[in-house]
Amino acid sequence: MYVAVKGGEKAINNAHRLLADRRRGDRSVPAIRLDQIAQQLALGVDRVMAEGSLFDTELAALAIKQARGDMIEAIFLLRAYRTTLPRFGYSNPLETAKMLIERRISATFKDLPGGQLLGATFDYTHRLLDPELAADEPVPAGERRDEPARQSTPRVTDILGHDGMIEPDSSMPEEQEIGDLTREPLAFPLERDLRLQALARGDEGFLLGLAYSTQRGYARSHPFAGEIRIGEVDVELEVAELDFPLTLGRIQVTECQMVNQFKGSSKQPPQFTRGYGLVFGQSERKAMSMALCDRALRARELGEDITAAAQDEEFVISHSDNVQSTGFVEHLKLPHYVDFQAELDLVRMMRAEQGLERTTANQASEAAE
Amino acid sequence: MENPDVQKAKAAPDLARKSAMALLAQATRIELEERWDAWPAKPSIEELRRPETGLVMLRGRIGGGGAPFNLGEATVTRATVRLGTGMVGHAYALGRDREKVRLAAVFDALWQTPEARDAVEASVLRPIARRLDEDQSRRTSEAAATKVDFFTMVRGDD
Repeated sequence: MYVAVKGGEKAINNAHRLLADRRRGDRSVPAIRLDQIAQQLALGVDRVMAEGSLFDTELAALAIKQARGDMIEAIFLLRAYRTTLPRFGYSNPLETAKMLIERRISATFKDLPGGQLLGATFDYTHRLLDPELAADEPVPAGERRDEPARQSTPRVTDILGHDGMIEPDSSMPEEQEIGDLTREPLAFPLERDLRLQALARGDEGFLLGLAYSTQRGYARSHPFAGEIRIGEVDVELEVAELDFPLTLGRIQVTECQMVNQFKGSSKQPPQFTRGYGLVFGQSERKAMSMALCDRALRARELGEDITAAAQDEEFVISHSDNVQSTGFVEHLKLPHYVDFQAELDLVRMMRAEQGLERTTANQASEAAE
Repeated sequence: MENPDVQKAKAAPDLARKSAMALLAQATRIELEERWDAWPAKPSIEELRRPETGLVMLRGRIGGGGAPFNLGEATVTRATVRLGTGMVGHAYALGRDREKVRLAAVFDALWQTPEARDAVEASVLRPIARRLDEDQSRRTSEAAATKVDFFTMVRGDD
């Protein structure tokens, strides 16, 4: 029997009004502006854009404000917003070789063409809290050094690629349609394009944990950070009205090339294989985790034994989306009175069969009703 | 250093409109509003396609240079206008600023009007290109200052 229950409307309205009040907080403290969030909490904004799978800094800042800083709630808001908009088309692939580079490092080659640019990084900081930041002290601008601009910067993987020491960029048949999980439900097994789309929007914490597990020996993959680069790339779109691709503007992305030792198989000689990460905004932890997971998930393609969670495509991809995950975990908060009543009766029956006392069961039953 | 979009426009005339539209897409709304407010003898404007915001799925390449995959979406706004002269202008830009994109379409139409092109280039496109150049060269030189200059420690004999 399914019983519909009504009620709680006034409680819900008042709860939402209270939420708005608590979100605003102490009225003597100035309200935070969206440009302050976008500028000063930029990496949080980047995470919301990456996992919300929607590049729009102002909307992501609004989502963070509305969600009171709850990142997964903000990501949920962005995902919901995108469903209200029409799709104009698919961009040309971003050309990360032509990136305007703000940071670029390699852990495998010291002297790579273009050099190692540390950029604005937390690396090598002492992780000591800085009390001066609590006040609004003036901050000097970044140091500058004149350098001729580069039209393009080769990737580390291109350097190793020349002598077959590393596998080439993956290719797919031209006529093969590029998978889009926002259009078609996922059907396992997946091609690598769909896996990368899912990983790019996957939860940073979940992918980080899985990536860490591969380093600890669950699907050991001997990784090196071949290259990490952060910077802006042009977005180009082909439109019906014009016979040339239009530049729509620039967006910041983080790209990671993981390089992994591979002992070879019947089809391939021993060489370095690769995992790839590409993420909206500045987020190298996420890009590195994505690249490690991408490589682990290629086990089937490379003929490796599937022994660990990080190699199990259905496990990883089905649980990497934090909006889906939170939806199912948090739905447990919704009323389950009838389901629980049924279970209560069931347990009561089983206990009766074993000849146990009924007094405790009766007490619990009263509480549930 | 000159903006690559401007360089391309000089090198190949058929790329000129692409470059002009790229600059208009990267303009701020304030830049376009100021130029439009100061524009003499404004033509009448008919909105063939009212400014509309939608999504474009951005693609990356596997490994950076391999097969394409879908990375995630971005908001994009587009508009199409027709001037009183009959010239049609289009604009597409990242973001949701409808008024900016409407004005970008107006300036695209004006840029295609032979007698207005020089004025569009001088008063609209060049200042935008200059701002983008300055911004780019500032960021390039700030990144360059964080370049690692490796040196080798020479060990003593003893």
